[in-house]
Amino acid sequence: MRGLILPLALVLAAEVLARIFGIDSDSIAAPSAILVAGFAALIDGTMLHATAQTLGTALAGLAIGGGGGLAAAILLGLFPRLAQLMRFSIETVRSIPAVAIIPVAMLVFGFGYRMEISIVAFACFWPVLIIGQSAVIGIDPRLDEVGRVLRLNLWARVAKIVLPAALPRIFVAFRLAAGAALIVAVTVEIATNPLGLGYGLMLAQQTLHPDMMFAMLIWVGIVGWGFNALLLFLQKRLFGPAALAGNAP
Amino acid sequence: MKLVAAIPATSTETEPIVALQSVGYRVDGTAALVILQDISMTVRQGEFLCIVGASGCGKTTLLRLIAGLLPISSGKLSSRGLDITGPSQARAIVFQDYSRALLPWRTVAGNVALALEARGTKRSARAAIVESRLRQVNLWEWRDRYPAQLSGGMQQRLQIARCLAQEPELLLMDEPFGALDAMTRQVLQDEVARLSRETGTTIVFVTHDLEEAIYLGDRVVAMESRPGRIATSIEIDLPRPRHQLATREDRRFLAYRHRLFNLLPVHA
Repeated sequence: MRGLILPLALVLAAEVLARIFGIDSDSIAAPSAILVAGFAALIDGTMLHATAQTLGTALAGLAIGGGGGLAAAILLGLFPRLAQLMRFSIETVRSIPAVAIIPVAMLVFGFGYRMEISIVAFACFWPVLIIGQSAVIGIDPRLDEVGRVLRLNLWARVAKIVLPAALPRIFVAFRLAAGAALIVAVTVEIATNPLGLGYGLMLAQQTLHPDMMFAMLIWVGIVGWGFNALLLFLQKRLFGPAALAGNAP
Repeated sequence: MKLVAAIPATSTETEPIVALQSVGYRVDGTAALVILQDISMTVRQGEFLCIVGASGCGKTTLLRLIAGLLPISSGKLSSRGLDITGPSQARAIVFQDYSRALLPWRTVAGNVALALEARGTKRSARAAIVESRLRQVNLWEWRDRYPAQLSGGMQQRLQIARCLAQEPELLLMDEPFGALDAMTRQVLQDEVARLSRETGTTIVFVTHDLEEAIYLGDRVVAMESRPGRIATSIEIDLPRPRHQLATREDRRFLAYRHRLFNLLPVHA
């Protein structure tokens, strides 16, 4: 509760100053005006519609990029020779910033969901690959021997031993990737794509609606916070008992 | 038309369960290191064979070769007349570090079921086998717990139950009680002796504890270090079932102990 004192005081001060001096600006707005604009957008549905667009593309990109990253992580983790062969290529392609492939994605897909999803997927692929691969490599060799002695085939080894053993760290990888997904989605929308929250922010700024722009900004913060809180909750829920009972190295 | 049985003549019940002919194992590197040299022995059907030796003598390596987890460097290693080239369902291995060999995310029952899943046992048949194996090692009441919630001795019993569920013809045990306290160790020694009697499974048991080897074994193979090789093989003629007090105080027990003690070089 004490943490709220400072921000509330600052908002209050901003409101008082805005009332005293009477703002008529294209770049800032009074807190009350921001609140009104935000509620209006929430009620008429534009804000929720934009949120659904942004979260939808972020999640789709996370699923595609993270899924691909996970599959690659397991392959490279299980076959060190393959990992050696791929290392140079991976390190090179990985250093390309996700937003730098916007032009390429636009050429291939044009404006719209597919372009944005492909860029988000590119951004999500790498953290899951890197952390997932190290999680697979880090599995106790004894567990691998148990699988070998029982003569599990490759698929059974992955499903019964590798995945469950690496799952807690894989989930952490997905949490990191999810954060990147939201950032990249909004960035792509601000840069080019006429969709979602990022586009809403740009539109408000360009049509000289600072109240709406700040309302959007605050909303993006709330959505990001909620997204991360949900993932943290899931992680605790899923791996809390396992972490308690597990003696993972 | 009558079908002629197409069973290969080399793989029959009459061939020894495991046979080693001057088996060697070395690690190649900047300086090649000979771990095992000229090991020749035969594991007999149904016997309880103990391999004893100082730490670092290569006895664990020998067990891993038999399990098929390591490839031999020289000689010939076969099971039922067929060369051992990799692990087999027929040879189960109990590792010393039980906590690392169990799946922490599976319950006690789930860990035993793993062996059945690996064998392709039908889902409907699994529960009954899991129950009988868990009852065999007195863990049935703990079936819904997780390994980390069990004591060390119980975890090791669970690993043994999983190996039994594999229905192996040969059970390899790598210093299985080395990490347990003395009391628990004695209880488990008697349990393993009982299981060997009840199931008739052939057991190769590796230990550095001379008394444990004599107490459990029908035969004790003593190993020398650097490079690891067989020093001697002694038949143990003590009545079964054995008893923690009576057997260990038996005159013959002490005589075996003397003989082997003098054979094993002790490096302090």
